Amino acid sequence: MARDAATTTGPGAGDAIGRFAAGPVERRKALVERLVAWLLGSLTVLLVLPLIAILATLVAKAWPVLSWAFITQNPQTYMTAGGIWAPLIGTFYLVFISLAVAAPIGVLAGVYLNEYAGENWTTRLVTLAVVNLAGVPSIVHALFGVGAFVLFAGIGRSVLAASLTLAVMTLPVIITSTKEALAAVPQSFREACWNMGASRWQTIRTIVLPNATSGILTGVILQVSRAAGETAPILFTGAVFYVAVPDRGLASFFPYGLFDRCMALSYHLFTISTQVTGVSEALQYGTAVVLIGLVISVNLASISLRVYLRSRKRW
Amino acid sequence: MTGTETAPSDRYSISVEDLCLWYADFQALKHVSVDIREGLVTGLIGPSGCGKTTFLRSLNRLNERYGNVKTTGTVRILGKNIYDADVSLGELRKAVGMVFQRPNPLPVSIYENIVFGLRVHAGARALTRRQLDELVELSLTEVALWDDVKDVLHRRATHLTLEQQQKLCIARLLPLKPSVILMDEPCSALDAEGTAAIERLMDGLRGRYTIVIVTHNMAQARRTSDECIFMLLGELVEHGPTVNVFLRPTRKETEMYVEGRYG
Repeated sequence: MARDAATTTGPGAGDAIGRFAAGPVERRKALVERLVAWLLGSLTVLLVLPLIAILATLVAKAWPVLSWAFITQNPQTYMTAGGIWAPLIGTFYLVFISLAVAAPIGVLAGVYLNEYAGENWTTRLVTLAVVNLAGVPSIVHALFGVGAFVLFAGIGRSVLAASLTLAVMTLPVIITSTKEALAAVPQSFREACWNMGASRWQTIRTIVLPNATSGILTGVILQVSRAAGETAPILFTGAVFYVAVPDRGLASFFPYGLFDRCMALSYHLFTISTQVTGVSEALQYGTAVVLIGLVISVNLASISLRVYLRSRKRW
Repeated sequence: MTGTETAPSDRYSISVEDLCLWYADFQALKHVSVDIREGLVTGLIGPSGCGKTTFLRSLNRLNERYGNVKTTGTVRILGKNIYDADVSLGELRKAVGMVFQRPNPLPVSIYENIVFGLRVHAGARALTRRQLDELVELSLTEVALWDDVKDVLHRRATHLTLEQQQKLCIARLLPLKPSVILMDEPCSALDAEGTAAIERLMDGLRGRYTIVIVTHNMAQARRTSDECIFMLLGELVEHGPTVNVFLRPTRKETEMYVEGRYG
């Protein structure tokens, strides 16, 4: 103890012993603090555990079939053997076409809502509609797709109809994330531009959009994983049980036309798990691993792109 | 401009007549009438909320971007009422530039900041690379920034120090050949050294540009301005040569303010 030191520091120093020591209330606070930190920490771990458990189970059970050939071969012998090439390429088709439609429309609508639309009744109504559209269950989107694209527009059940349905489903989130990314660009940049006589569009094109790219891209890319994973919207609009497509050579990359029906990973997983008998468990789990791997790698790409673009900007 | 032989300071560059401005129901400017002389530095002083920034912003119609603003009266700049229907905001802002409280360089290179105004007005291909290079050097030299940044012209302007950023914000107005430069407390984010640099810069621009500067710092108003406008509660109280406003104010409110009794 520092008693000796304390006595040498001058008059009244003896009284200082025990000064600032924790009283009963302080000790209680410290205890609660430790408890809370422990509780929150373990809840966080609890959150991660299911994810690890799911991934581990999937990979373990799929292990026997996982190989390069599993990805590049078509399903064989009534889908009880072979790989997943046809559904995988179908999923790529659906994701790519749906985003090619949804991304430009969504981003431009977001630009309008954040940069041009005034704060008025119409804008609020549109924003409300967008928020509500984001909350519509995917099976309802599917029915809308059947009504609007398959029947009314006369496209029929096809890659195009399914992609358009997915596009409608992903639009609201793209609009919202674009709006948020634009709103995060400091107002002072816009003022600086306007002050040199730049029009709104010049300001948006040269300054606002380039500085919002990382946010916008993140929003768009995250919709890739959503479009890849959803089953309901494509169920009635374009996904099909089985199509024989080439799995070799250049033709294997372009197996579907816009008006053909296609296979898709999510729907394929559903059929081989519930509709077809005699499919080995490993095959089902293998399909799930590829689907989840696709989603995870797209998300990782999105995160790294965001980190990279963030590191380049500074204000 | 008419080719009169009178000294620059005998002519008015800005003539404001009966200017009123409302933010929704709140009247921020009340019947302001004032003539601002060409080529001089005019200081705008007054306590917070007296309308000096609003007045400054109404000289290049910047207030309009924030809906619910109503303006009446006329503001003549170089003889033309800028609130007329045939005035283009782009052309107006070319002639009337503004420097903000916080330096706001664009998040592009130093070079691009300077040529931004030209690109916006002339289109990118109207000027050759050589012409642009010359204008950049000229503008940066004018604000005493050329020697500091001539080797890093393609670095992001947001990496500069605040003082350099503010100089850049002044320099980027110059290629547009403005007649009026509005400054909204241009030194409030800077240290003493930066403030001195900007004030020296204003001194160098005096005579060639009409400068209107809002400042909270009364010592700065005395140091930098030729004429002063004192505002209170949205009204113009006094306008005259800076010496008179500070030493022989005609109104009681001005006297009390410059003595530091309130504000």
